Amino acid sequence: MSQTSAVFAPWAEADAKPLISFDRVTKSFGGFIAVDDLSVDIYEREFFALLGPSGCGKTTMMRMLAGFETPTEGEIRLGGEVLRDQPPNARPVNMMFQSYALFPHLSVADNIAFGLKRSQMSKPDITARTEQMLELVQLKDFAKRKPHQLSGGQRQRVALARSLAKSPKLLLLDEPLGALDKKLRQQTQFELMNIQESLGTTFMIVTHDQEEAMTVASRIAVMDKGKIIQVATPGEIYEYPINRYVADFIGDVNVIEAHATGTDTATLTRGEGLKPLEASWGRLTAGDGKLWLALRPEKVQVSVDAPQGTSNALQGKVIDIAYSGNLTTYHVEIDSGQIVMAQEVNRRHLADRSITWEDPVWLSWDKGAGVLMRG
Amino acid sequence: MGRRVLIAIPFLWLLILFLIPFLIVFKISLSDYALARPPYLPQYNPDEGLWALISQLDFETYAFIFSDSLYINAYLSSLQIAAICTLACLALGYPMAYAMARAPKRWQPLLVMLVILPFWTSFLIRVYAWIGILKTEGLLNVFLLWTGAIAEPLAIYNTNIAVCIGIIYTYLPFMILPLYATLERMDDSLLEAAEDLGCSRLSAFWSITLPLSLPGIIAGSFLVFIPAVGEFVIPDLLGGSSNLMIGKTLWVEFFNNRDWTVASAVAMLMLAGLIIPIVLFQRQQERDREAGR
Amino acid sequence: MRRMSLFNVTSLTLVAAFLYLPILLLIIYSFNESKLVTVWGGFSTKWYGELLRNEQFLDAAWVTLKVAVISSTIATVLGTMAALVLVRAGRFIGRTLFSGMIYAPLVMPEVITGLSLLLLFIAAGVDRGATTIILAHATFSMCYVSVVVSSRLVTFDRSLEEAARDLGCTPWDAFFSVTLPIIAPAVIAGWLLAFTLSLDDLVIASFTSGPGATTLPMRIYSAVRLGVSPEINALSTILIGLVSIGVIAASLAGKRSART
Repeated sequence: MSQTSAVFAPWAEADAKPLISFDRVTKSFGGFIAVDDLSVDIYEREFFALLGPSGCGKTTMMRMLAGFETPTEGEIRLGGEVLRDQPPNARPVNMMFQSYALFPHLSVADNIAFGLKRSQMSKPDITARTEQMLELVQLKDFAKRKPHQLSGGQRQRVALARSLAKSPKLLLLDEPLGALDKKLRQQTQFELMNIQESLGTTFMIVTHDQEEAMTVASRIAVMDKGKIIQVATPGEIYEYPINRYVADFIGDVNVIEAHATGTDTATLTRGEGLKPLEASWGRLTAGDGKLWLALRPEKVQVSVDAPQGTSNALQGKVIDIAYSGNLTTYHVEIDSGQIVMAQEVNRRHLADRSITWEDPVWLSWDKGAGVLMRG
Repeated sequence: MGRRVLIAIPFLWLLILFLIPFLIVFKISLSDYALARPPYLPQYNPDEGLWALISQLDFETYAFIFSDSLYINAYLSSLQIAAICTLACLALGYPMAYAMARAPKRWQPLLVMLVILPFWTSFLIRVYAWIGILKTEGLLNVFLLWTGAIAEPLAIYNTNIAVCIGIIYTYLPFMILPLYATLERMDDSLLEAAEDLGCSRLSAFWSITLPLSLPGIIAGSFLVFIPAVGEFVIPDLLGGSSNLMIGKTLWVEFFNNRDWTVASAVAMLMLAGLIIPIVLFQRQQERDREAGR
Repeated sequence: MRRMSLFNVTSLTLVAAFLYLPILLLIIYSFNESKLVTVWGGFSTKWYGELLRNEQFLDAAWVTLKVAVISSTIATVLGTMAALVLVRAGRFIGRTLFSGMIYAPLVMPEVITGLSLLLLFIAAGVDRGATTIILAHATFSMCYVSVVVSSRLVTFDRSLEEAARDLGCTPWDAFFSVTLPIIAPAVIAGWLLAFTLSLDDLVIASFTSGPGATTLPMRIYSAVRLGVSPEINALSTILIGLVSIGVIAASLAGKRSART
C-alpha cells in the first residue's frame, strides 16, 4: 500500500473509537451456526478483508451488516449505534454484490442514480453526482448503455459506482473481483485501493482469494467455521501466523512438528545425535505445549554442499522439481521422511540448473525464518 | 405482514372458487333427485342445522350409477380412447420434438412457434375444421374417391376414430412442447460420449436419449391423457350420438336430463379416477420447479 | 455443424402438415362462392359480408372480448401473486393444498370445473351472466399465469432485489421498480395466455353463463352443431388471422425486449 502503514494503525491506538463493532455476535440458521460468538472492531478508513473458505461465515457477517440478516445473539454497532432494527434501506451502508446485481432494465446512468433517487437529493444534484461517479470509474462514454452491453470489467465498475454513489459510511464488497480474469483482477485491485484512499470510505471486502486480501487490505481477518482465527495486517498474518490453519491458508508453508525450549530464541530439540534447530517464538510465549514450526518455502535455500555458519540445516533428497518460470520449487525428502518445499528464484537460465532429481541436497534457513505456532 | 396478505389473497380466491365448489358437487352427489328447484333433496335449512342435512345424505346415486352399465361403459371407453390418443400423440410427437431439438439453433424458435400457433387458435374452430374433412361427403372422401383409392366413401365421421383424430390433433402440441423442452436441454456430448464408448447411434438413443427424456414423456402424457378423459366438445362434434364419453355423459345428464345428482356423482367418480394422475403430475411440476431453483 | 437427417426432416414436415392442413382447408373454403362446403364454386368474399351483418355474432364477439380482457387482467394479478407465494413464501400451513389448487385446474376436465362453479353460483344465489363467466375464467387462468410467472421467478436473481433494498428501497418499491419490470415479459405472456384461454373457452362459459351473456364460442358451437357453413368458415378465418397476427407480434416484441 502506498499509504504509510506505520501511521495508519487505529487498531493499535488505545483511545480510537471503532466505526463498526461486532459484539459477541452469533447467527444460526436452524441448527447450523454460521457465525459463532464473534467479536471484532473495524475502524474508519480501513480496508478490512474477511478471508476464509466458503461456508466459514464471512458472507453472513457481511449480510448482517447490510441488514439482510439479523444476529441471533449479540449486537452490531455502527458508530456506536445498534443496527438491529434498521432495515437495509435505512442503513448508511452499501453493498457491492458478487453478481454485481446490476438492474438489467436500466442504463448505466440510471443504475448509478437508482439509490440517489431514493434519497432526499434534488434532481440537478442527482445528475451531478451521477456524472461524478461515472467519471470516477471512467465510464462517461457508457452512461446510456445497458448492463449487458458492457464487458465484465466495466460492469464491475458500474456496480462499484452505484454502491458508492450515496457516499455510504461503509462499503461492503462481496467477492468483488471473483468474476474477472486474473490479469484484470490484479489491475482492478489497484484501482479499488486508489478509490478507497481518495474517498476515505471504510471498505470491507469478503474474499476467498488470499492474494487479493494481502494486496488490498489494511487488516485481514482469517475465518473458519464461524469464528475469526486471527486479525492482523497482511505482513503480520504472513510472517507470524498464530496456527497451522492460518499458515496454510495464506501462501505455501512447510509445517514441521516441534518440541521447543528456550526464552529469546526457541531451540528445537530433535532426535539423538542431531543438532537442534533455532526458530523465532513468533507470537507465542515460551513453553507452550505441543508446537509446530512454520517455514515458508522461499526462505529455505537448497545447496549441494553443506551450508556454513548456520545451525538450521537439514539433509535430504530431491523428490520433485516444479518449474514455474520465474520460480523453481524443490520437494525434498528429509531424514524423517517428511517432504519440505524450498523455493528458488530463477536468476539463471533453466539449462544451468545444477540440481536434479534424486540428488542429495542440503536445506538451510536463517534462524529468524522459522516461526513457531499452535496446532 | 405483507407475506400473509400475499398468501391470503390467492389462497382465499382458490378456496372459494375452486375448493368449495367441489365440496358442493360432492354434497349434491350424495343427495337424491327430486322435482324441485334446484332439482335435488335435501337442501340446507338453517333451522334444522348442518347435522340434519348430513344425516339425510346417502350413496344412492352412486349405487344407481354402478348398477347401470351405461356409465361404466362410458367411463371405460373414455379411458380407452384417452389412452390410445396419448400413445398416438407420443408416437407422433416424439419424432417431431426430437427433430425440433436436433434442428439448427436459429430455426428452433420458428419451429416452436409452428407448434404453438395452432394451440393459440380457437380449439372449437380446429375441431370444426375436421368436420368438413371427415364427413361422408367431406374433403377426405372427395379426395380419396378422386384418386381412386376407395370406391365407397369412408364412414369416419360420427365414429370413435373421428373422436381420436380430433383429440390427437388438438392435444399434440401439449405432447410436443414438454418433450422438446427436455430433449433440447440435453447435452450433445452425452451422445458423443456414448458413441465414443462403443454405442451405435440407435443404442445410444435407447440407452441415453430416451431415459433422459422420460420427464418430458411423463409430463406430455399427463397433459394429453387427463383432459382427454373428460373431453366434451370433440366427442360431441365428431363422435355423433353413438359416442359415449364420460364428459359428454355428464353434460347430457346436467343440461338435457336436468339430473344434477347423477351429473355430480359422475363428476366425483371421474375425479376419483383422475386423482392419482393429477397428484403425480403436480408432484412432478413441484420437483421441476425445485430443480430449476 | 448440425445436419438434419432425412428422418428428422420427414417427421417435421409430416407433423407440420397434419397441424396446418385442416386450418388451411378451412381458410380456403371460406372464400368459396358455393353454399355447399365440399364443392368449389369459385372465389368469393360474400360470406364475410354476411358475417358482418350478423348481429348475433357481433354481440357475442363483444361479450367475449369484454370477458377476456377483464378476466385475464384479474388472472394476471392473482396468478403473479400465487407465483410469488409458490417461489418465495417458503413454508406455511396449507402450502401443499395451495400448490394443489394451482396445479389441479391445469389438467382438470373442463366439465368438472364448469359444473362445480355453476353449482357454487347457484348455491350462493348469484345471478349468472358475464360476471360469473369472468370469475370462472379468472380462476382457471390464474393457475396458468402462475405457472408461467413462477418459472421466470425461479431463475430471478434475488440479489437484484437486495441491491434495490440496499440502495434505499422499501420492499414494495423494490418489487415495483426492479422485480416487476424484469419479470414483465413473463407476466405479459401470462396475460396473453389467459386472454386466449378465455376467448377460446366453450365448456366453462356454457356452464357459468346466464341469459343475455352468450360468448362467441357458444354461438359458434350452436351453429356448428347444425353442420358446416361457409359463414363459420369466414368467422374462423378472421379469428385465426387475428390470433396469428397477435402471436407473431407478441413474439417479435418479446425478441426485441430480450435483445435490449
